[in-house]
Amino acid sequence: MIKSVEELKRLKEEYSKALAREKMKILVCAGTGCVSGGSLKVYEAIKKLLEEKNIYVDIDLYTHGKEGVNVSPSGCHGFCEMGPIVRIEPQGYFYVRVKEEDAREIVEKTVERGEVVERLLYKSPETGEVFMTEESIPFYGKQSRIVLEHCGKINPENIKEYIAVGGYQALVRALQMTSEEICQVILKAKLRGRGGAGFPAGVKWDSVRKQKADVKYVICNGDEGDPGAFMDRSIMEGDPHRVIEGMIIAGYASGATEGYIYVRAEYPLAVRRLKIAIEQAREFGLLGRNILGSGFDFDIKINKGAGAFVCGEGSALIASIEGNRGMPRTRPPRTVEKGLFGKPTVLNNVETFANVPMIILKGADWYLSIGTENSPGTKAFALTGNIVNTGLIEVPMGTTLREIIYEIGGGIPNGKELKAVQIGGPSGGCLTKEHLDLPLDFDSLDSVGAMIGSGGMVVIDQDACMVEVARFFMDFTQRESCGKCVPCREGTRRMLELLEKITRGEGTEADIELLEELAITVKDGSLCGLGETAPNPVLTTLKYFRDEYLAHVRDKRCPAGVCQALKRYVIDPALCRGCSKCARVCPAGAISGEVKKPFIINADKCIKCGACVDACPFKAVKEGK
Amino acid sequence: MATATGHDSRRSFQRVNEIIETHGRDPVHLISILQEVQNEYRYLPQEILNYIATAMNISPSRVFGVATFYENFSLEPKGKYVIRICDGTACHVKNSTGLLNMLTRKLGLKEGQRTTGDLLFTLETVSCLGACGLAPVMVINEEVHGKVTPEKAEQIIDEIIKKERSQND
Repeated sequence: MIKSVEELKRLKEEYSKALAREKMKILVCAGTGCVSGGSLKVYEAIKKLLEEKNIYVDIDLYTHGKEGVNVSPSGCHGFCEMGPIVRIEPQGYFYVRVKEEDAREIVEKTVERGEVVERLLYKSPETGEVFMTEESIPFYGKQSRIVLEHCGKINPENIKEYIAVGGYQALVRALQMTSEEICQVILKAKLRGRGGAGFPAGVKWDSVRKQKADVKYVICNGDEGDPGAFMDRSIMEGDPHRVIEGMIIAGYASGATEGYIYVRAEYPLAVRRLKIAIEQAREFGLLGRNILGSGFDFDIKINKGAGAFVCGEGSALIASIEGNRGMPRTRPPRTVEKGLFGKPTVLNNVETFANVPMIILKGADWYLSIGTENSPGTKAFALTGNIVNTGLIEVPMGTTLREIIYEIGGGIPNGKELKAVQIGGPSGGCLTKEHLDLPLDFDSLDSVGAMIGSGGMVVIDQDACMVEVARFFMDFTQRESCGKCVPCREGTRRMLELLEKITRGEGTEADIELLEELAITVKDGSLCGLGETAPNPVLTTLKYFRDEYLAHVRDKRCPAGVCQALKRYVIDPALCRGCSKCARVCPAGAISGEVKKPFIINADKCIKCGACVDACPFKAVKEGK
Repeated sequence: MATATGHDSRRSFQRVNEIIETHGRDPVHLISILQEVQNEYRYLPQEILNYIATAMNISPSRVFGVATFYENFSLEPKGKYVIRICDGTACHVKNSTGLLNMLTRKLGLKEGQRTTGDLLFTLETVSCLGACGLAPVMVINEEVHGKVTPEKAEQIIDEIIKKERSQND
């Protein structure tokens, strides 16, 4: 139990010294991605070998005074495509796709002889160039890892490591300031909410600070429900103490004494790591009564979501913590006035809280020097879809799409062309090639009809049908609509029906007009952010890919050849040997012909099931567009 | 982890009582209580929902309302192995639909049916598991399988079936 600021400072010195006894540190990624690839087995194997050789040390054993080698599970490196990942400190060697069997070679070569295991290094798929260190890989070259600085570098399950690298020093600084001063720093730093809307966090904190109430709350929104987004998961798994520290500071600044972290049920590992972190922080006296002897009390509880996308919306999330159906309510009153249990509440998302400690430590001016004028700082994005380097990245606000896709992401695989980037998930919109040089920040994205959202970035190549993409997102939001307000409940449903009609080839031009009209009504008339943003994918695809919609309704053709009902199957007479296999599997009896002569498909009878394609041993059945 | 419970314990409210006691009777804890009860029984049997309402002194409609609102709660028994296919954006563009269709056929599920007759498997989709770097993703109970091809999925299912059979023999 740490009772004073001085004691924490002393411990930091002690732990830093203990860390310094680790002459080499082997960090095995233990994020969800690498764990599923078997990284924990790699960790166990290396640990066992080090123990056998009697060279294993860790921060908890520092009193033994010996020097040695440490192996530790770490948070996510973001390069999930290449997992399981092992990083060697201090050299920075970066081993990819490591298997249990590789443990011995790593220990014998790298640990004992200081040599690099070349075959485990990352090799560029295009040029074949081999990269020794994490920092030299192009995927990391353009990134600025500020929020994610500890992810992959420390053991998220040990508070001592966090303290050793300077953790909770921002809290020390904050406790020496007044609550008003902290709000002023956050306001001056123009920290904007990373959950989507980009509302200034300082304004929220200061409003709650000014409210008079017997109890106030801080809520951390970890209900990262956007399909294709996992930034918050990685932060909670990889550096949970940073989020907790940010929340304690928010509590002190706003006068709140109780905190809640609301995490999706789909993130069991994040829940586990947060629980461990909260318990450790309590043991160390960083949560609970009279934190560091300051007289300030603050504690945190975890609430596990139960599977409702709408709970990412503030007032719905609050209803869910209160034990109700997660439905949003009309505002005002705003959350800062009447939030959880009707009390003033600060509600920010995970990444926002994770930004706080360094702003307090390094100051607002430092923060303002990163990013763009009105969107300072960095943003984490989850880069997925048709891209060479899938993973989690962090770049300064204002980085262009071109830099992200081609320099960090390594471009589109298989030599295909970029068609669109869906940003912000089902609430966001799509960007096209013409936006490649647009500096990405809250305002620039808003101006083109998209939004950062929580930061999901799905890259779509030439083979995708944009009408189908819009239908996919509308299917999602329609299912997730909570049903409270009519525009969202009925509107998203009707919009989905229209999109389905168009992808079935039964749509008309009037349907497109109706779709557009409905989209605007749903956007304007819905109660909460879910409905207000649900039409964005439709509106942006209509804006940038209207010709694809028209091809579906006018020519009954899907230009990308994706929409099943619009596919046309033909048999290539040059390849067909007349074996009759296709005719035998066709459930509609649409294929006929004479044995040993080319067969033909009757397009009127064909139900486009594709069974003939699978059946043909000569690949003679082709999909036409 | 779901624990297998026999028919008799399904009717016993003792475990439910314990769960309610550890959380407290304040309605604020309703969701956490339902989550734990579901862990215990693999679903939320109707008589238990009524029991919880009485025990917590809230209306059955409120309990029922919460239980039906959230996707994770099931009012029908689930299989011993819950297979969740991620249909998030990244998995969708990497053909999670093909995977789902293959498993539906493999498990012999009819339109709208999610659980096999022998209560061994439940097949469902989930919006996003946040493991997009591994798309397409399939989760069986808590175990995450990444970059799953239909062949790989079939192999995993076959292994489970084999394991179950050998245990029953």
